[in-house]
Amino acid sequence: MQRTDMTETPLHASEFRRIMKVLFSRGVVVFGIVVILALFVTAIFAPWIAPYDPYKLDLNQTLVQPCKEHLLGTDALGRDTLSRIIFGTRTSLMVGVVAVCIAASVGMTMGLIAGYFGRWVHAIIMRFIDALMAFPVILLALVIAVLLGGGLRNVMIALGIGLLPAYARLMCGQVLSVKENDYFLAGRAMGAGNLRIMFRHVVPNCFPPLIVLITMMMGLTILAEAGLSFLGIGIEPPGAAWGAMVNDGYQYLLTHPILSFAPGFAIMLVVFSFNMVGDGLRDALDPRLRGVL
Amino acid sequence: MPVLLEVKNLKTYFKVYHGLVKAVDDISYHIKKKEIVGLVGESGCGKSVSQLSVLQLIPTPPGEIVAGQIIFEGQDLLQFEANGDEMRSIRGGGIAMVFQEPMTSLNPVLTIGRQLTEGLELHLGMDVNEARNRAIELLSMVGIPDADKRIDDYPHQFSGGMRQRVMIAMALSCNPKIIIADEPTTALDVTTQAQLLELMTDLVSRFNASLVIVTHNLGVIARYAQRLYVMYAGRIVESGTAKEIFGNPRHPYTIALLNCVPRLDEEEGRKLVPIEGMPPNLLNMPITCAFKPRCPYHIERCGQDPWPDLKLIEGQHYVRCYVET
Amino acid sequence: MKSPSRNGKIVEVDDLKMYFPVTRGLLRHKVADVKAVDGVSFHIKRGETLGLVGESGSGKTTVGRCIMRLYQPTSGHIIFEGQDISQLSEHQMRPLRSRMSLIFQDPYGSLDPRQSAGSIVGEPLKVFHLANSRQEYRERVEELFRIVGLDPSMMDRVPHEFSGGQRQRIGVARALASNASLLICDEPISALDVSIQAQIINLLEELQERLKRLTYLFIAHDLSVVRHISDRIAVMYLGRIVEVTDRKTLYENPLHPYTKSLLSAVPVADPFLEEKRKRIILKGEIPSPLTPPSGCNFHPRCPMAISKCKKEVPPLRDTGGGHEVSCIRV
Repeated sequence: MQRTDMTETPLHASEFRRIMKVLFSRGVVVFGIVVILALFVTAIFAPWIAPYDPYKLDLNQTLVQPCKEHLLGTDALGRDTLSRIIFGTRTSLMVGVVAVCIAASVGMTMGLIAGYFGRWVHAIIMRFIDALMAFPVILLALVIAVLLGGGLRNVMIALGIGLLPAYARLMCGQVLSVKENDYFLAGRAMGAGNLRIMFRHVVPNCFPPLIVLITMMMGLTILAEAGLSFLGIGIEPPGAAWGAMVNDGYQYLLTHPILSFAPGFAIMLVVFSFNMVGDGLRDALDPRLRGVL
Repeated sequence: MPVLLEVKNLKTYFKVYHGLVKAVDDISYHIKKKEIVGLVGESGCGKSVSQLSVLQLIPTPPGEIVAGQIIFEGQDLLQFEANGDEMRSIRGGGIAMVFQEPMTSLNPVLTIGRQLTEGLELHLGMDVNEARNRAIELLSMVGIPDADKRIDDYPHQFSGGMRQRVMIAMALSCNPKIIIADEPTTALDVTTQAQLLELMTDLVSRFNASLVIVTHNLGVIARYAQRLYVMYAGRIVESGTAKEIFGNPRHPYTIALLNCVPRLDEEEGRKLVPIEGMPPNLLNMPITCAFKPRCPYHIERCGQDPWPDLKLIEGQHYVRCYVET
Repeated sequence: MKSPSRNGKIVEVDDLKMYFPVTRGLLRHKVADVKAVDGVSFHIKRGETLGLVGESGSGKTTVGRCIMRLYQPTSGHIIFEGQDISQLSEHQMRPLRSRMSLIFQDPYGSLDPRQSAGSIVGEPLKVFHLANSRQEYRERVEELFRIVGLDPSMMDRVPHEFSGGQRQRIGVARALASNASLLICDEPISALDVSIQAQIINLLEELQERLKRLTYLFIAHDLSVVRHISDRIAVMYLGRIVEVTDRKTLYENPLHPYTKSLLSAVPVADPFLEEKRKRIILKGEIPSPLTPPSGCNFHPRCPMAISKCKKEVPPLRDTGGGHEVSCIRV
């Protein structure tokens, strides 16, 4: 009966353990976690895992179809596709993680301040965000990358700024909706300071959709980096990045589809894994689902 | 007065992930012609589900009417297909329902007029003009000023009380024999509540219809209902005329309910007697009396034997309890 | 402006007005005012319970939040424990906030779903630095749990794991944590199941008996609940107080026509009595506070209105024994 389960459920000895349990109770989430961990391991140990030097040209072995020596074939310059994908993990993950971190931290801070203080603070910040939003992400990143110059670091900054409005908007909306709750008023009524209310009550309750956005953006960023590389800003050849590889292979799509498909599949796998983990995290962190899951 | 609706041994169960919820468990009741009947209980006691079952509006799955008979004008409604023509014509013309939420019961993208005339055209076969005139007539009957103008307004242009009036007009539109009002005024202010209940009781007597008021508010029942049924955990625990029950409440739950609400006319310094514990969880209920854990009068037998049968006290007064209170 | 703490009054409200501007367009220019509270005066004595009753849109919640200074009043004075707080800045208000607390209607929305029950109750202790050590903090939270009838072993659970009644107890414990002398209860039971409501009412009554000098402003729409718990009752209609009196007189000898109709609208669970009661059914609906009627704003619905009612705003006048009413017809 309801009454008894109120008092008989054992205390949560460790909230962390419960979160982990929920997280690992769903197959796809575990799959996502495994894939992401595997990718990080791959990125770190790339030189040891890759069968060939990803930059070494072998003009005798151009456009080899997948075979025993080259599991995923070679590209137009005779570089081993598998090795390039393995090395590309480094660039792609780094771009994804760093750009999303920049976008999320700056964007969410702006959204938090705008939503929390409202009035003119909100007006100024959000008009700025609207202005940023008026440009397509790629175009914005392109302009910034041109201004800052090419290279991996600037691509990450450019993408970070380009993706920031989405976080600011979502965060601001979340803050506004959390502010409607009585517990926000309760905090004010007890005289809690702004910082306390912000970080104890507002931020934690804003997180769930943002976690999902962060994980989804991971994939988008990796794709955007590909676009920038294609436009000649970004990873400079011969550096290996998945997006660039998809674009390079695109010319041979009909004869050697593996050149685009293999890195494309890698991107898909990462995007899917991050999405699944994001989904799982959102459920695991939701206290309203305690006991249900 | 002849019996208009008779519900016999109705059981409506919900199969959920964790087990079986016996939302309505073997209830029998009847409604006579031109009678106002109250159905009282707390949220989750099955009072709404029992009424939705009568109209076969239970979401299936997870819900299912597993047993019983619902006899309305000599026909067993449970023999009809839930979405068949017979049931649809009963829902419009035989038994109408007024729901609790006046905000969500109306479609926000259609005008009030359109929502009213739809039923008139469908069930009564009126043409467009006839239906519109009738709709205006109904709206002014439920007290909407300037009905001929407001008929073309959208629901958001009406206040909560006005929307509930529209819902009443819709319920009346096809001349039903019974109107079931499911917590019709809970979301509204007291004065609006009084206006609407007064209106409803007045209209049903003009239309020669019966009214079922489903509510948790004992005051409303005392003021308007002639007879009432008290429900707890999916069962009827006490039934009788209002005067029998309020004058001589016999079931411990009814007594507790009367003692736990403040009364406008109470003496100063009266202490409320709260009902201990919490409302029961209908999931996987024991077969013994569900009120026993909260009952101050319970005896040993209450925790061992299954629910007692309804037993006659006097007149129409029945109670389901082992204890002589 | 006034001498401190006269006649044991903990709160004095003097001609309080709270207008919310309605703005339009990009530049947010004001097009109208919602007159939520329009000239309200009353006082609450230390240790008593004042009921503030009214329908939705009457401004009763706004009055409570003005006293808590969650809103900046448009005009008027609020004197709390002898100090005029109506114009204090948020910074100046902060130390006073430990002495007044708010209990909310919605036991689901008023507790942060991501905080444990213990940390919700203990938060005021942290905000006001009322505990010197972890040990003291924990003991105090446990004590608060016991005071409101909750098992301290449930401290680590989140609000979702409690029932509605238990959540409302958590809200009460939080309100008591800072040793507040004034508790503003804003519809504290209307979201609860009937059988649970009495538990919370009794809890509030017991607390007042135990912690002497605890004062309640009990805001609700249900007259029978307000009458049960309050010593005195103020009836609000459309931003103004129409009648103030003790609970006995309110039921036995109401003067204002609105109070009378409000009383008659509340059914009593007694069919024998109901047969005899006279029912006054009001016409129409409460007007919008955006465009309140002229003069006495109840006149369009009043069965006793005369032409003078349209012109004059009736003052709240004492008819003897502290029974105040604002109607020129009585």
